[in-house]
Amino acid sequence: MSRVKVGVFVCHCGSNIGGTVDVPDVVEYAKDLPLVHYSEDNLYTCSDAGLTAIKEKIKEHGLNRVVVASCTPRTHEELFRRTCEEAGVNRYLFEFVNLREHCSWIHMNQPQEATCKAKELVRLGAAKAARLRPLEIARAQIKPACLVIGGGVAGLSAAGSLAQQGFEVHLVERNDRLGGLTVDLWKLLPGDRPASELLHTLTARVTKNDNVTLYLSSELNEITGFIGSFKATLSTPSGKKDIEIGTVIVATGAVELEPLGLYNLGKTEGVITQMGLEKMLSDGRKDLGDVVFINCAGARGPDREYCGRLCCAVSIKNARYLKEADPDARVTVLQRDVMAFGTEFETEYRKAMCAGVRFIRFSPDRPPTTIGNDKVTGVRIYNQLTGEESDLSANTVVLTTPLAADSGASDLAQMLKVPVDKDGFFLEAHLKLRPVEFATDGVFIAGAARFPADIGEAVAQGTAAAAKAAAPMFAGEVSVEATTALTNPRLCSGCATCEAVCPFGAIEITQDRHGRPVSEVNAVMCKGCGACAAACPCGAIQQLGFTDSQIFEMVRSLARDGDPSGSEG
Amino acid sequence: MSDFEPKILIFACNWCSYAGADMAGVSRYQMPPNCRIIRVMCSARVRPEQVISALTQGLDAVLVLGCHPGDCHYTEGNYLTRRRGIMLKNLLETMGFEKNRFQVNWVSAAEGARFAQVVSEFVEEIKALGPSHVSRDKDTGTHA
Ligand code: FES
Repeated sequence: MSRVKVGVFVCHCGSNIGGTVDVPDVVEYAKDLPLVHYSEDNLYTCSDAGLTAIKEKIKEHGLNRVVVASCTPRTHEELFRRTCEEAGVNRYLFEFVNLREHCSWIHMNQPQEATCKAKELVRLGAAKAARLRPLEIARAQIKPACLVIGGGVAGLSAAGSLAQQGFEVHLVERNDRLGGLTVDLWKLLPGDRPASELLHTLTARVTKNDNVTLYLSSELNEITGFIGSFKATLSTPSGKKDIEIGTVIVATGAVELEPLGLYNLGKTEGVITQMGLEKMLSDGRKDLGDVVFINCAGARGPDREYCGRLCCAVSIKNARYLKEADPDARVTVLQRDVMAFGTEFETEYRKAMCAGVRFIRFSPDRPPTTIGNDKVTGVRIYNQLTGEESDLSANTVVLTTPLAADSGASDLAQMLKVPVDKDGFFLEAHLKLRPVEFATDGVFIAGAARFPADIGEAVAQGTAAAAKAAAPMFAGEVSVEATTALTNPRLCSGCATCEAVCPFGAIEITQDRHGRPVSEVNAVMCKGCGACAAACPCGAIQQLGFTDSQIFEMVRSLARDGDPSGSEG
Repeated sequence: MSDFEPKILIFACNWCSYAGADMAGVSRYQMPPNCRIIRVMCSARVRPEQVISALTQGLDAVLVLGCHPGDCHYTEGNYLTRRRGIMLKNLLETMGFEKNRFQVNWVSAAEGARFAQVVSEFVEEIKALGPSHVSRDKDTGTHA
């Protein structure tokens, strides 16, 4: 490699920097720094004149490292990198020094100190620049095919949406039919339409589209790879099947919690869950006599802290159906709080009360108890508002339990290298900003697998995940971060610390040709955080663009080199 | 030591704290001029040896700034930072550095005011602490 020649361009930014920092003084100081070959000031380095100056000086002086000392890399790095590139210098041989936000603007009344600090910042920048190495941006091809795991409402919505956009979709469903939990539901709020109607619409979009390959009674066995080229093995009734896809959507849904023993569920006849009730209603059975619903069963307690979100609406809905079917029956909902959020559910809540459903509040400290040995005959309740204990007659007790994470979720999470929360639900990349994506590129999440979602939400999330998955597939390729980690196999001891700290599952311990364990970074999966580089006990892993040699040199330069104020050096 | 001006190194993660520092600048919060920032992509990139090397070479203090817990751009980097920080503090103490010469803190991209406050308070704390034994020796020329 030819000799390192650093060029330093110091920006006045009008008077933004120059009004406080003595820019010409900084330029003079920079000229004497090690390996700095050229230095000048510009009124605005980011202006056409400034950019042209950079390009000219690169050519004129044979500069092969560029430092711009101006504003912030967060807004201007790309511009200067491109300028370097245009002048034939690799874009990663550029280093930014922030003299405005981090210096002149925050030390406005201390011009001397600010100038001294500016010199040091330029010194650090030049020290790093001298050690920069050219890097290449790699590109990865994206196969325009998606694996959708789970054929419930969220999965159907995602699959249907992607197929409609022309993508190849592989839809895997564990059961022998599509629809997930919704299959067992009777009618839906609002509007009281049969659940089967809605399912029919969603299913038809998938079954009538040739882009979708459907695998019923099938499961994902194994998946490897990364965005653009995943390889998956499915176990299907007709044997193993290998597929290649570019993206993955997890829509495995959730299960209804069945807390056996709680309120004598499974012990006393007549104590059932909401799902059990939905099935009975679907079968045409509505003669359940006096019914008591107990809400928050198994939820919002020390063992399971979360609120199931949908359960209140479900109890409101079914209580009204039963009351309407048999106006003489006494239908009571025992609740801790009624979470009837939004306009629709609030209206439904009123409708249920108008229909004659009673809502009674209980305290978790004195929960209701069921009465009856073999068959349930009533519920004893301590009414929190009146402070009285009373018995309600009941032929049926319906427990409103929350949706819980599927037991298979953790295995799937491990396979896909994505996280789950303490309750076993999948964890998205960011609750608010990236709600249907995992931190792992190319893998998305929708529906109750993330957290209890109602049907409208599941459809919305499924469609959103499809849109997110479609973006890279439409583009056909992704550019890969260049400042990724890289292992030097000769220094690596194969301790696997890097593998443990990588949040993206991008590092694997493989074997070199002597059979020795050695860490290997998948550059496509690596996001360039550098956690592995900081953890490696051998210094074998480096983060390109932020190598140990670069950072240590900056530290050394700051600590050991003379104070530029003039007093020492 | 009222005229003691400490020299302080800050490592700031690109996504939150560096941006928070930008925000402080945009808002023109005035701060003591004792700190120099080295930008890293994530606070988890900071190798404990880098902190040790800064202190043993005579810097008076090191501050590592990252995203708030739960907000790391790389999901969990700052949890590593937090754990490493606890370990590192103890190690530094055995090397004769007061624990507080090294600190870990969180500043988000929107928290310009918080950045200014964290930095100003840190500088005050280090001023009160005086120069580290290494930088004192360095000043009086008794250290190589
Ligand atoms: S990116 Fe800010 S701490 Fe990880």
